Amino acid sequence: MTYLPYAVAAWLFLVGLYGVVSSRNLIHLALCLSVMQSATYVLLLAVGYKNKATAPIFRGIPVGHPAVDPVVQALTLTDIVVSVTVVALILALALDVHKQGHTVDPDHIAGMSG
Amino acid sequence: MNRTVRLGLFAISAAGLAALLFWSLIGLPDFGHYHWPYGKLLNAVAVNERHTTNVVGVTVFDYRGFDTLGEEFILFTAVVGVSLLLRKDRDERVLRDPVRSDGVRLLGMLTVAAVLVLGLWVVAFGYVTPGGGFQGGVVLAGAFLLVYLAGSYGDFEALTPHTPVEIAEALGAGAFAVLGFVGLAYEGAYLRNFLGIGDTGTLYSGGSVALLNWATAIEVTAAMVVLFSEFLNVYMVPVADWRT
Repeated sequence: MTYLPYAVAAWLFLVGLYGVVSSRNLIHLALCLSVMQSATYVLLLAVGYKNKATAPIFRGIPVGHPAVDPVVQALTLTDIVVSVTVVALILALALDVHKQGHTVDPDHIAGMSG
Repeated sequence: MNRTVRLGLFAISAAGLAALLFWSLIGLPDFGHYHWPYGKLLNAVAVNERHTTNVVGVTVFDYRGFDTLGEEFILFTAVVGVSLLLRKDRDERVLRDPVRSDGVRLLGMLTVAAVLVLGLWVVAFGYVTPGGGFQGGVVLAGAFLLVYLAGSYGDFEALTPHTPVEIAEALGAGAFAVLGFVGLAYEGAYLRNFLGIGDTGTLYSGGSVALLNWATAIEVTAAMVVLFSEFLNVYMVPVADWRT
């Protein structure tokens, strides 16, 4: 019984969420969001993993040889691309905020401080 | 709400979330004892049905091609968003920042060539061996970024003029959608494979997977170059203005 990869996924998510909540810098916040999203990569790859199986690439390996799940790997690929572009968008917004308000601390942005 | 109250509230709700999260995760099958039918089915049939040896690649560009269409447009929209946010009247004044060391320039340019070849290889064999349009596209964009690192911002800008790169990005995304309609016209379903499946384990395999793979590679390369270009432009040109 091994649940360590799932625990790692949950831990990454919570640690990233703590970073987002406690962040004093929008750039730091964007990176914490990537940490949260990394939890989904670990979880997806972990649920598709099979003991003693190869990658789902059958070049030089006969079809029917145990292989890990290709669907979750494709989902992880999608996930990474979305993550990169969303982080780029948040960083662009952070630059804009800095230009308008000369601060990147979420607590000091006028109209947004909780 | 001040910071202390917020962190206190977070601590309480995070403890609850953590408990629920761990509770649900231990309900998953034991790690390594995988038994999901969809992936098993694809691993069993993809090589015979499509003659592609990379099942992840054929999942992305064929069996789940419609999901990838959505992803292509998330990428496209996000990059357009970044361009709109960061764009201003382009300042033609470029900071003089060339790398002066001949050794670094030479090594850099050799690396650019190597990375370009690597990127093209990762794209081209994307459905045969590990790789594909997304991964190879990022590697190719990395080659362009290396031109900035080992050369200068001016070289990077000259090599990747905005309008052609943006057109390439739009064409890559558009080609993916149009190839879907070709499948609809010839095979009766959107994004259905419409070319002969070729020979297993060669570049001539997978039918229209190859075309979708290249369309994606063009879009991803161009999208990443646009991102680099927009952020470098913000960093390079107004640095002097921000400091005053």
